[in-house]
Amino acid sequence: MSVLIYTENVGWEFKKSTFEAVSYASAIAGQNNTNLVAISIGDVSKAELTALGKYGAEKILNVSNAKLKSFINQAYASVIAEAAKKEGADIVVIANSFSGRGLAPRIAVKLEAGLADGAVSLPDQGSGKFIVKKTAFSGKAFAIVELTSANKVISLTPNSYKVVEKIETAVIEDFAAEGNASDFKAVIKEIVRATDKVSLPDADIVVSGGRGLKGPENWGMVEELAGLLGAALACSKPVSDNGWRPHSEHVGQTGIAVSPNLYIAIGISGAIQHLAGVSSSKVIVVINKDPEAPFFKVADYGIVGDAFEVVPKLIAAIKEYKALA
Amino acid sequence: MKILVCISNVPDTTTKITFTDNNTQFNNNGVQFILNPYDEIALARAIELTDGDNGSVTVINVGEAATEPTIRKALAIGATEAVRINAKPHDAWYVAYQVAQYVKANPFDLILTGRESIDYNGSKVSGMLGELLDLPSVSIIKKLDIDGDKVTVEREIEGGKEILTIPLPIVAGTAEGVAEPKIPNMRGIMSARTKPLNVIEPVEVKTFSEIISYETPAPRGQVKLISADETAKLVDLLHDEARVI
Repeated sequence: MSVLIYTENVGWEFKKSTFEAVSYASAIAGQNNTNLVAISIGDVSKAELTALGKYGAEKILNVSNAKLKSFINQAYASVIAEAAKKEGADIVVIANSFSGRGLAPRIAVKLEAGLADGAVSLPDQGSGKFIVKKTAFSGKAFAIVELTSANKVISLTPNSYKVVEKIETAVIEDFAAEGNASDFKAVIKEIVRATDKVSLPDADIVVSGGRGLKGPENWGMVEELAGLLGAALACSKPVSDNGWRPHSEHVGQTGIAVSPNLYIAIGISGAIQHLAGVSSSKVIVVINKDPEAPFFKVADYGIVGDAFEVVPKLIAAIKEYKALA
Repeated sequence: MKILVCISNVPDTTTKITFTDNNTQFNNNGVQFILNPYDEIALARAIELTDGDNGSVTVINVGEAATEPTIRKALAIGATEAVRINAKPHDAWYVAYQVAQYVKANPFDLILTGRESIDYNGSKVSGMLGELLDLPSVSIIKKLDIDGDKVTVEREIEGGKEILTIPLPIVAGTAEGVAEPKIPNMRGIMSARTKPLNVIEPVEVKTFSEIISYETPAPRGQVKLISADETAKLVDLLHDEARVI
């Protein structure tokens, strides 16, 4: 018995959501008094791999194979399931990222494992059962799920578990897995990375704009605010429906659910569908000229005012704060 | 081209979510159920791809008789026929397994699902179906085109997008951008009444998970209002009190 964590990389570097997932998996290994094995796929440097030890990975299976340099979920699922079998891992942990959402279900089927997707806290194993709390109804509720299978797969919601540093070193071991021949039907033609953008699902801070901004030409100040804070950009559904911003920035019940430390909503009234996707943010700031906007009912801090007056002032205040810091 | 679209029957997006029986059951009382919005996108694209006698669109739902109005809506939007597997959808594994058994007996060129259902948000059925059928699966698709026997998809990845080509058949989980949802017209609504809706019984399958109970998020405290002229105070509060910047 052991716990296996798939350590997803972006451009051969691990992101915060991976360190969160390793910390989370390490805590599960601790609960079960067993060891944590990590698996990395791709051209990740030795120094980067070694860093995983700081978060509790004791052994790292390194799969560096030319065929697996691009993410093909069928092949990656085969390799991860093979690693789980090799290591006798009965619990597999994955970040609930865009890639993780494609991978976890395939791994669960391969291992005949129950899958708790979007977990938000450590499993409760006190009763001899294996119980996981996960998001449901697009953030309007949580479901408490018991996994009854011998093998289990958990995908962890970004920003729901803190990165925990330990002083440990990891042993790196090459793992010569390459997937099945039938796994490689998909061919990646092009990857377009917006390297200057902060990834929305695992951003610490999200700055979001709504219809109150009146048009795409007014997004400059929102971008400036996001840039100052190192935040990801987001928008409400009417904004993406109108083509002011791309669909990939739409947060809410029918968009991306986010749970950052800070969510700043500008010119968004707070329809129930929008709130569903952002309500698990730790701190919510709302800027809206309508004092009756429903968003104020769930906000921690609010400014009633015209976005075109308030946002430039807020930008100036943050610049001043940064200059003093 | 034969396309299968998997559809879910979910609470309307405006629903206030509550539970009964000591938070162990979803409270259906007064809730309107709808076709899952992401499945509507998948259905719209399937109808576009088969437009002009270029194939058929079958919708499939794992659900009890109460889901039939949602299935009829899919038929009114333009699906050719419907299948209902007569069972309560226990979890994603159960749903994927039932659909996979149907597909093994009735092959399709393309299987579409929404990227996730808006009730349990698992994004699980498309990947599980792919694995059960040994087909490629791609999730969070923003664009989907077919050229001969190949499908080209654009999918969202961390910090960007990726364009893939894959030989049919595949399982694809669609998101916004793939197509605009279609609204049924009067002709569609009338014809939906006579289109085939085949009800089949489920196969037996082991289950791996159980929902024990539900929780609703803790209520948030009252908002602290700050004057529009005191943005510096907001910055201080975010730094000193909330400790988020």
